Amino acid sequence: MKPVFEYTKGMREMELHYCPGCTHGIAHRLIMEVLEERGDLGNCIAVSPVGCSIVAHHYLDVDMIEAAHGRAPATASGIKRVHPDSPVFTYQGDGDLASIGTAEIVHAAHRGEKFCTFFINNAIYGMTGGQMAPTTLIGQKSTTCVEGRTVAQAGMPLRMAELIATIDGAVFVERVSLSSPAEIRKAKKAIQRAFEVQEKKLGFAFIEILSTCPTNWGLNPVDSIEWLKENMIPYYPLKQFKCPEEVK
Amino acid sequence: MSVKKIFIAGFGGQGVLLIGRMLAYAAMYEEKEVTWMPSYGPEMRGGTANCTVCISEDPIASPLASTCDVLVAMNGPSLDKFESMLLPGGDLFINSSIVTQKATRTDVNVYYVDCNKIAEEKVGNGKTANMVMLGAIIQITNIVGLAIMEQVFEKVMTGGKTALIALNMKALEAWTK
Amino acid sequence: MTEKKLMKGNEAFAKAALNAGCRYYFGYPITPQNEIPEYMSRELAKVGGAFIQAESELAAVNMAYGAAAAGGRVMISSSSPGIALMQEGISLLASVQLPVVILNIMRGGPGIGSIQPGQADYNQVTRGGGNGDYHCIVYAPSSIQETMDMITKAFEVAEEYRNPVIIAADGMLGQMMEPVIIPEAKPALTEEEIPAAKPWALTGHKNKRERIAINSVWLEQELLEDYINGYWPKYIKAEKELAEYEAVNLEDAETVFVAFGSTARVVLEAMDILAKEGIKTGLIRPKTLWPFPNEAFSKIGPKTKQIISVELSQGQMIHDVKYALEGRLPVALINRVGGMLIDPVEVAERTKKILEVK
Repeated sequence: MKPVFEYTKGMREMELHYCPGCTHGIAHRLIMEVLEERGDLGNCIAVSPVGCSIVAHHYLDVDMIEAAHGRAPATASGIKRVHPDSPVFTYQGDGDLASIGTAEIVHAAHRGEKFCTFFINNAIYGMTGGQMAPTTLIGQKSTTCVEGRTVAQAGMPLRMAELIATIDGAVFVERVSLSSPAEIRKAKKAIQRAFEVQEKKLGFAFIEILSTCPTNWGLNPVDSIEWLKENMIPYYPLKQFKCPEEVK
Repeated sequence: MSVKKIFIAGFGGQGVLLIGRMLAYAAMYEEKEVTWMPSYGPEMRGGTANCTVCISEDPIASPLASTCDVLVAMNGPSLDKFESMLLPGGDLFINSSIVTQKATRTDVNVYYVDCNKIAEEKVGNGKTANMVMLGAIIQITNIVGLAIMEQVFEKVMTGGKTALIALNMKALEAWTK
Repeated sequence: MTEKKLMKGNEAFAKAALNAGCRYYFGYPITPQNEIPEYMSRELAKVGGAFIQAESELAAVNMAYGAAAAGGRVMISSSSPGIALMQEGISLLASVQLPVVILNIMRGGPGIGSIQPGQADYNQVTRGGGNGDYHCIVYAPSSIQETMDMITKAFEVAEEYRNPVIIAADGMLGQMMEPVIIPEAKPALTEEEIPAAKPWALTGHKNKRERIAINSVWLEQELLEDYINGYWPKYIKAEKELAEYEAVNLEDAETVFVAFGSTARVVLEAMDILAKEGIKTGLIRPKTLWPFPNEAFSKIGPKTKQIISVELSQGQMIHDVKYALEGRLPVALINRVGGMLIDPVEVAERTKKILEVK
C-alpha cells in the first residue's frame, strides 16, 4: 500500500505545544515540506521570534536561532552575510514583526535582503495572554482593549503586506490564509515561490499568513476559522502584491 | 628633549589640522615620539578648529596641552582665546594676513607671518599659505628639520599631487626672519 | 612589518580588526567613532567580508548575533548611548555564549550626553549592562598601539571564552593620531572551515549531524539554573587568567593613583609635575576593567598612605578600587564629568589639596 501522507521529514517527531486549532502547526509543516522537496533541509538556517513560536526550534529540523524580540530580520541579515548561499528564513508573529520589529523588517526589505520572512498574522498577542496587536481589528476585544479596539485609542489595524509591498527591495509579497484546504495549498505555492526568489537572489520575499488564535479569540477551533474568513480576509485581502517575472 | 607642545588654532578650512599633521609626520620620520590631537565637534562645522602636536624623544604621556611651547594663531579669535596658553619664552606665530591685532604678551617671541601675501607674491600660489606658516615654524623652532619635509610631502601627496611637492618645499622656505 | 605609520585612532582600530581576521562589521553612525564604520565600508569587501550600515545600534548588535552564530568573526562599535541601546543584544550574546568584539569609544553621559571623551561607562561595561547573570570581558587601552594589540587579542579571547569582549576606549584615543606598528594580517576562516573550527555554529546540518538550535529562552527554570551554573566556571577562569595592569613606581610612592585609558596618560604627566616638587607618587593602570586586577593592590608598598582614583566620571571605578583595598587605605577621587577632560596641572593641584600640601 502506498502511503498518502507521512510525518513531514523536516518536523521533529514530537507533540507540539500549540493550542488546539492554532495554525502554527500547519504553517510549520508547509515550510518544512517545501524545504524537503527542494532538498534544502540540510542547508537551511532559520530564525525564530519571541512569541508562541519561540519554541519553533524544538519542532523544526533545521539549524535555528532564537532572535531577540523583533530583531529576527537583523539576525537573518547577519547569518546571510556569512552563508550567502544557504536558504535563510525568519518566522515572526504580530508583536515581533508589526510592533517592536517594524524598523528591522522595513530595513530588511529596504536593503533587498536575500531571505524570506513568514509573518503569522493572527490579530492578537498569543504568548503573553491576549493583548492587542497592531493587527487587531476595530471592535475586536483583547485584554488591553476590553471594550474592543477603537480608532481613537489605537489607530486602524496595520496592513503589513501592503506596507512592505511599497518598498522596492521587497520583490515578492503575498498574503495568504490557512482557512481552508484550497487556501492552504495556495499558501504552500507562495512559500515555494519565496524560496525560489531567494535561490535566484532576486530580493526580499515576504509572505503574510492569516492565522487563527482560538484561545485568545475565545472561540473554538472551528468557529475560529469562520471568524478569520468573515472578519480578517475582508480587511486583509488575500493577494499577490508583487512577484518577479522569473518565478511566475 | 622633553616634550614640546605646539598648539595651532584658526577657523575651519585654514589648514590648521593639516599643518599639525605635517609636523607630526615629520617628527615620526625623524624617529621622534609624537601625538596629534584635534578638536572635534560643533566647532569643526564652521567654527574654530585647533590641534595639539606633542613631540618628544621619550614616550608622550598626555596628548593634551593646557600650556604650550609654540602657539600658532591663524585668526584673530584664536589669538584672543589662546594667547595665555603660551609659556614664557615660547614662540608665538601670528597670521598677519588676517589678524589685525598685535600680541599683548611681552615675555614671548612674536613672529608676524603674512602667509597669504608671501604665498601669492613669493611662491606664486595663494593655496600654499599654510605651508608658508609651517615653514616659519620649522625655521624658528627647529622642532623638526626642513629637509625631512620633502619625505613628508612625498608620503602625503601621492598621485596627481606629486607636482605640488616642489611647490610646497618652496613655500616652506619663502618666509624669512 | 615594523615600519611605523601615523594613524588616526578609529582607523587604526578598524585596521587592526581586519588584520585579526574580522570579516563582518555592522554599525550605525555616532560621534566620535564614525571613522570606524567608514573605514569598514571601504575595506571589508576588498578582503571578502561584509559591511552593513544598520538601521540602528539595536539592529547592528542583532546582526552581529546572527553572524557570530553563523560562525563569522564579527566586530561592532559604538559610543556610550549607542552601547546602552545595544545592551539587550549584549546580554543575548552572553546568554548563548557567542563571541563578538565590541568597541565602545566612550563619551560623556548620561543620556545623549557629550560628544567629547568620557569614562562614565565603567559601570555599564563591567556591571552587566544588560539583564541577567553574565560578564563581559573588558579591556581598557591607553594608546592607539595598545588598542590595536588588544583588539587583536580580543578576537582570540572572545572565541576561547565564547563571550562578548568589550574594548573600552574613549573619544580621545579614537580621534588622535600616533605612530603605530600595524599588527600582522592573519587569514580569516573560510565558510567551509567553520564547522570544524566552530562545531557550535549554524551552518546547516547537511543531513550529516543533528540540527543545532540556539535558544536564549528557557521555559524550565531548573534547566536554566543548570545552564548558567554550567557556564559560570569560565568567569572564574577569566578572573584567574585575564586580569592585566601596569604598575608605575609603587615601591617608592606615598600616594598611588589609579587610572585607566587616556586618563592614565594625563596622570603620568601629573606625576612628573609632582615629582619635581618632591611629592612621590605611583600609578596602577588597570588594563582590564573586568576582571579587575585586584592583585595589583597587594603590590602597594608600606610607604603609601593615600590612594586617588582619577576618572572622567562621578567615580565608578573607585568602588572596585575600594573593594580591592579591603579598607586598608583611604581612597579619594579626582574627576571631571560630562565630556570635560582633565589636564596634568589640574590633577597635580587637586592632589596637593588632598594631601594638604601648601
